[in-house]
Amino acid sequence: MRHWLFLLRPGDWLVMAGGATLVGISLPLLWQGGFADRAIIRQNGQVFAEADLHSRRDFEVPGPLGMTQIAIEPGRARVVADPGPRQYCVRQGWLARPGEIAICAPNRVSLQIAGRTKAYDSLSY
Amino acid sequence: MTVSVTELTVTAEDRRVAWLATAAVALSLVDAAIPSPLPGVKPGLANIVTLVVLVRYGWATAVWVSGLRVLAGSLLLGYFLAPGFFLALTGTTLSLATLGLARHLPGRWFGPVSLSILAAFAHIGGQLLLARLWLIPHDGVFLLTPIFAAAALAFGTLNGLIAAKLLAETPVAEPAR
Repeated sequence: MRHWLFLLRPGDWLVMAGGATLVGISLPLLWQGGFADRAIIRQNGQVFAEADLHSRRDFEVPGPLGMTQIAIEPGRARVVADPGPRQYCVRQGWLARPGEIAICAPNRVSLQIAGRTKAYDSLSY
Repeated sequence: MTVSVTELTVTAEDRRVAWLATAAVALSLVDAAIPSPLPGVKPGLANIVTLVVLVRYGWATAVWVSGLRVLAGSLLLGYFLAPGFFLALTGTTLSLATLGLARHLPGRWFGPVSLSILAAFAHIGGQLLLARLWLIPHDGVFLLTPIFAAAALAFGTLNGLIAAKLLAETPVAEPAR
């Protein structure tokens, strides 16, 4: 270790500190999307329900194919069950970041996470 | 055999550039083989060669070695003229420009580690800017800045230390220009 330390000159420490400061300053960017705080459930394009992501709640949303079940938990939400054939929205799992959305197209239900600041129209993977 | 019309004389400088570029390309291949959690987060081992060349042989030689490394590396790894090639080119250009300025810093105070860190930040900055302007025209690109900056700091320091050690351990074969 001593071996390597002696390769560093005084200014190098300065540059390293500068670099670390830059990293520190840029850090808030990771959270720029804001924290998730609401889940918006839509049926056929209309808002069916809005729920705060603070406590546990379950919703049953009726659609043309049947019931879509949605679970809300502190900080996250997901589609638990859906009558659609391909189950894309169910397999997306938990949504936790603002802008994330699970769309159960066949049953015309969507579940979206919203934050205080709306950074994206939508996020999907 | 017909005698070639054009006569290319290969100087010692040319040979040196070729050898150093070969070393840099080899390190680029090692770099590419290391799995990365995020595209763009790479150790950038080839920059060790750039740093040693810069300190030993001057900026012009470093530009040659880096340029050849980007070209040959992209051909070998199959991304020549693909987006990754332009990202590498932009990053390298910006870090070479930074090195061109930073090498005038007083050598007693700022060693290879400083040069390496500054170059690493210039590299990632250039790449982020190109990505924002051309590949992903959305400010969302910058959300990953902290990760890239942290990687630049960590790998910049590491590469700089390795370059400093190499420079300290190998005797000066020729005077630096």
